[in-house]
Amino acid sequence: MLDISDLSVSYGTIRAVRGISFTVGKGELVSLLGANGAGKSSTIKCIAGALKASGGSITLEGRDITAASPEQVVRAGLATVPETRDVFPDLTVAENLMLGAYIHRRDQAGNRENLDRLHTLFPRLAERSHQPAGTLSGGEQQMLVIARALMSRPTVLLLDEPSLGLAPAIVERIFEMIETLKKSGLTILLVEQNVNQALAVADRAYVMRLGAIVTSGTADEIRATSDLSAHYLGG
Amino acid sequence: MAFAIQFTIDVLSLGGAYALMALGLVIVYGILRLVNFAYGELIMVAGYTMFLASGSGLPWIIMALLAVVMAIVFGILTDYVAFRPVRAKSVTAVLITSFAFSNLLQNAALLFISPRPRNVPLPEIFSQTVTIGGAITPVRNLITIAASIVLLAAVAFLMRKTTLGIAMRAAATNFTMARMLGVPANLIISSAFALSGFLAGVVGILWIGRIGTVVPGVGLEPLLVAFIATVIGGMRSLPGAVVGGFLLALIDTTLNYTLSQDLLKFRDAFTFSLVILILLWRPQGLIKGPASGQRT
Repeated sequence: MLDISDLSVSYGTIRAVRGISFTVGKGELVSLLGANGAGKSSTIKCIAGALKASGGSITLEGRDITAASPEQVVRAGLATVPETRDVFPDLTVAENLMLGAYIHRRDQAGNRENLDRLHTLFPRLAERSHQPAGTLSGGEQQMLVIARALMSRPTVLLLDEPSLGLAPAIVERIFEMIETLKKSGLTILLVEQNVNQALAVADRAYVMRLGAIVTSGTADEIRATSDLSAHYLGG
Repeated sequence: MAFAIQFTIDVLSLGGAYALMALGLVIVYGILRLVNFAYGELIMVAGYTMFLASGSGLPWIIMALLAVVMAIVFGILTDYVAFRPVRAKSVTAVLITSFAFSNLLQNAALLFISPRPRNVPLPEIFSQTVTIGGAITPVRNLITIAASIVLLAAVAFLMRKTTLGIAMRAAATNFTMARMLGVPANLIISSAFALSGFLAGVVGILWIGRIGTVVPGVGLEPLLVAFIATVIGGMRSLPGAVVGGFLLALIDTTLNYTLSQDLLKFRDAFTFSLVILILLWRPQGLIKGPASGQRT
């Protein structure tokens, strides 16, 4: 479904991602793990088209999207939830969700149906529909950003650290929801620092360190690898 | 009573024009974080279009429409010539290219038309006056007030109720995120320039309608006014631009009425001193723009 081959990302002379390759199969939930600065978010931004790749290729369902702009990537069926939890704070929750469906703006009936489905999944968003998104709590904002990404009806969803800075109870909710999405057949690439939570939902995982992939395998294999904490603590 | 009516009409008509000018500038600034220095020239373009069309025998309203259309065309042209080629590369470059485009247009007017003022056709109604409650008022002031009410309402509707407007507001907050939802960057920026050109075109006609002539440098004062109004109101806030425009008009009009004849030629010095005081009190402007950071 999503094939990353020999991908490199550089900021000036600093190479944040050094020739990584991985794949995400249809309906699979693959997790990208690693400490701060390992290059996970740069990888996500690059796939989303927000950063230019300095080498390698990104293929989505056989289509080369390496040089695509962010707006082309979402049209190709890949939606991104960035780690910065970028709601549009001055727009209402409803307006945020409406923009999520920007590429389907002609299909209003389909959007309404999709919105109803998301409101069942996230009842809080329905309650707060007419409130500016900036007034939501952190957890609600995270749900809004995910719901907004789903409004584009993606085939692949990139989730960058959905648990960042949220209370444990909320993190639990978010991961339950990720499981629900996975069951619905959505292909997901999940970036996380919260290793245990991520491995609990993931089929497979890749571990990044200093811009390269150091370990890969099924969730169970990765969990069994004893030196995982070493990658996080910089050992 | 007559004085109060006169004063109110003066403030509202000047303020309406200022507010529209400021709005045209801030719509582009909000999205690109760049001041379009060629903005004043859009007003010049509207003026010269009227001048060039004056011999054609077209009805005035058609000439006015043509002037607005030309201002929109040149607004979009500003994007293609000065902004788009260098936008992604460097902020300084865009600053210089927009200055250059402004100079280019002014010099084209100097070269191909004339450095001397040219008459702009105006309908009869622009020079008529009416008496309201004892105050003698030029009809063009009432037209300006009506035009600004209609346009401000139209812009508010566009920005609040249409998908394009909401996408433009989103882009003004977080351009990359808006693009990641599929909102095309170029469409949004061109729309902002077109809207900016539209406002400049209408303001151009109203503004030049006060003077009756157009010169190559006619855009400088509106640019300055728009810039100051947006600085007072808050650089990134659309309501701020409108508030700033009306406040600046209130200051200007009050000074016009209160300063003695000797001091009147220093009016701008007084205006700017007040602007400095306002900025010392609220450096971020009166109205905060859309939040650009995320909540943590």
